[in-house]
Amino acid sequence: MFSYLFVILMVFAIFIYFYAKKYSITIRNQSGYLHSLPQYYGFYASLWFLIPSLIIISLYLIFAESFITSTLINTLPNDIKTLSSAELNLVLNDIKNLAVGNIANSSSFTEITEAANFYNKQNQLIDKVVFYSSLIIGLLTFTYAFKTISSSYRARNFIESAIHVLLFGSALIAIFVTAGILLSVLFEALRFFEVISFSDFLFGLSWSPQMAIREGQIGSSGLFGAVPLFAGTILISLIALLLAVPIGLLTAIYLSEYADIKVRAIIKPILEILSGIPTVVYGFFAVVTVAPFIRNIGSMLGLDIASESALGVGLVMGIMIIPLISSLSDDVISSVPQSMREGSYGLGATKSETIKKVILPAALPGIIGGILLAASRAIGETMIVVMAAGLSAKLSFNPIEAVTTVTVQIVTLLTGDQEFDSPKTLAAFALGLTLFVFTLFLNFIALKIVRKYREQYE
Amino acid sequence: MSNNEFNNFKTVGNTKTSNEVVMSVENCNVFYGDNQALNNINIDVGRSEVLALIGPSGCGKSTFLRCLNRLNDTIDSCKVTGKIHLEEEDIYSGEIDVVMLRARVGMVFQKPNPFPKSIYENVAYGPKIHGITTSKQELDELVEVSLEKAGLLDEVKDRIHTPGTSLSGGQQQRLCIARAIAIKPDVILMDEPCSALDPIATEKIEDLINELKENYAIVMVTHSMSQAARVSQRAAYFHLGHLVEVGDTKKIFNNPEHELTKNYISGRTG
Ligand SMILES: Nc1ncnc2c1ncn2[C@@H]1O[C@H](COP(=O)(O)OP(=O)(O)O)[C@@H](O)[C@H]1O
Ligand SMILES: [Mg+2]
Repeated sequence: MFSYLFVILMVFAIFIYFYAKKYSITIRNQSGYLHSLPQYYGFYASLWFLIPSLIIISLYLIFAESFITSTLINTLPNDIKTLSSAELNLVLNDIKNLAVGNIANSSSFTEITEAANFYNKQNQLIDKVVFYSSLIIGLLTFTYAFKTISSSYRARNFIESAIHVLLFGSALIAIFVTAGILLSVLFEALRFFEVISFSDFLFGLSWSPQMAIREGQIGSSGLFGAVPLFAGTILISLIALLLAVPIGLLTAIYLSEYADIKVRAIIKPILEILSGIPTVVYGFFAVVTVAPFIRNIGSMLGLDIASESALGVGLVMGIMIIPLISSLSDDVISSVPQSMREGSYGLGATKSETIKKVILPAALPGIIGGILLAASRAIGETMIVVMAAGLSAKLSFNPIEAVTTVTVQIVTLLTGDQEFDSPKTLAAFALGLTLFVFTLFLNFIALKIVRKYREQYE
Repeated sequence: MSNNEFNNFKTVGNTKTSNEVVMSVENCNVFYGDNQALNNINIDVGRSEVLALIGPSGCGKSTFLRCLNRLNDTIDSCKVTGKIHLEEEDIYSGEIDVVMLRARVGMVFQKPNPFPKSIYENVAYGPKIHGITTSKQELDELVEVSLEKAGLLDEVKDRIHTPGTSLSGGQQQRLCIARAIAIKPDVILMDEPCSALDPIATEKIEDLINELKENYAIVMVTHSMSQAARVSQRAAYFHLGHLVEVGDTKKIFNNPEHELTKNYISGRTG
């Protein structure tokens, strides 16, 4: 029904646009003056029609379902009403399934069938109300707006502020969505912290949530000390950065200071392609190529390297973030003004002296910002570690052992059939929250540093 | 002005200096790719004098200046032919290393460009690179003397370790001059050193140039005729990549020989 309503609204809106535009032209012809161009009056009238209608529809989309459901619960017999909320939800689901024509478990109960009918009727009623009210109210507000059109009415200013509001709204959406994600993770995490204390989670040295699968099992509380996960994450990210920072930085220096235009035109796109490779592919690369390779080298040296060693995963992750570091650093180095270079050359400094003593120090804050961004990328990286890192949480900083990471644990905790209120699943949210807060913090610092650096040259 | 007029063109006036010759330029041509920016330039630079380069923008003044310390080498498309001597050595022949050349021919740029380092480090930068001093104490002294010569010492004495970029525009430009002096050059090149400064800062720099010229050969590009008249002893007028006329500043301003110079001096060419 709503696609239908939508089409009607649009047709109305377009019609109103032309009508108001034409009307304003008549006014201009009569009075010889019109404050704004005619199309502004068209948009003005059209917006006054559309906005109230759209507001009503959004209110419907947000509230109708819960409103109908609560009236539905009120009509149900008392013994159902007093069921626990989980069971009540099951019944409600059955009713709704039945209402849209699916077979439900409990279709044999007359109360349920009746309720389904009631639900359908309510729905149709509300749909009708919304349909007519949005049209009528839209037309009313339009009529009001239409009457205000005169040769001195400032429609252009109205449109300008409408556009302002529209853009502001778009920006708000991004912020609200982020806040929404944060809140939903936060609430689940808080439920986790009702069971497991915050400090046990943050400072505990053992992680073995698998024990908490079934209630009543011995040791069913599980162990939720996340330190081994943090350690694993940090270890792998450090290995990645140790590889990526020098290579990325040297690449950036080469590209921005030494490479001639032709070489640059070849290497830059290749790096950009590298940064577009899906992380699954890197995961394969880690499992199929790098891990066996490292194992072989290890056995030649007499070392027993785990096939899921932190070293292998870290190196592949490092390869993944090289393009990120090199392109960010390249931008920063290139934005050091040419006059700095000339000043240094003019004093007799060589190219490498100039780079070492003037350009890199000048670009350093920006480069550090880039490295922090890359670090937060490495810490949050999931696919490579899921495929190639270990599963068992061992507290170790030995790069040839298998360690697990926060993201790997989140994935293992949440995949498969899970109860959504066991500490085991909730732990995933606590981990997610920690990760979120930490990377947010890193990004915040990184952006601050980068911005400060930009200001220096503007 | 058609190009034909420049066929077999020969600079009018006197390209020689009456002082001791520090640099001499012979038949210098400069190309940016296929475009010729300078044609057959001949001129001497003398000790203890200021040579002003004047002319409409785009005529090649900066290009010429940057030939004198081979800063054009940093531009890939730029090619320089001809001979430029610093005292006895041909600077483009490989007789003298470019690092040594630039240690002897300092440069000050149009826009003050102190490094994002402390005032002290800015001045110490050149001496450190060339290993001019052997001890920390010697370096400290050199920094102080250079700042003193640039007329900046009194203003920055007690904040010598604060960033050079925190100074005012005029102070930054004097810092850049101090930085150039610190490597004890014979020649100082200045490319419109006052064009980014206010009148008071400009006056200070002009006074400074007047003092410095006793000990250095100074070649200065300027857009301001009055500035050229105030600070220079010799002037060279460039037009469309040609050196049209050279001579004593007084002669150029009061009694120019070439038609183009006359037009420019009287304000008919922009
Ligand atoms: N880096 C460059 N690449 C190509 N052409 C240049 C470059 N720098 C200057 N030119 C050209 O050389 C000519 C002289 O420029 P310039 O020496 O900067 O003039 P001026 O300093 O007298 O204003 C101009 O035509 C300019 O377009
Ligand atoms: Mg110039």
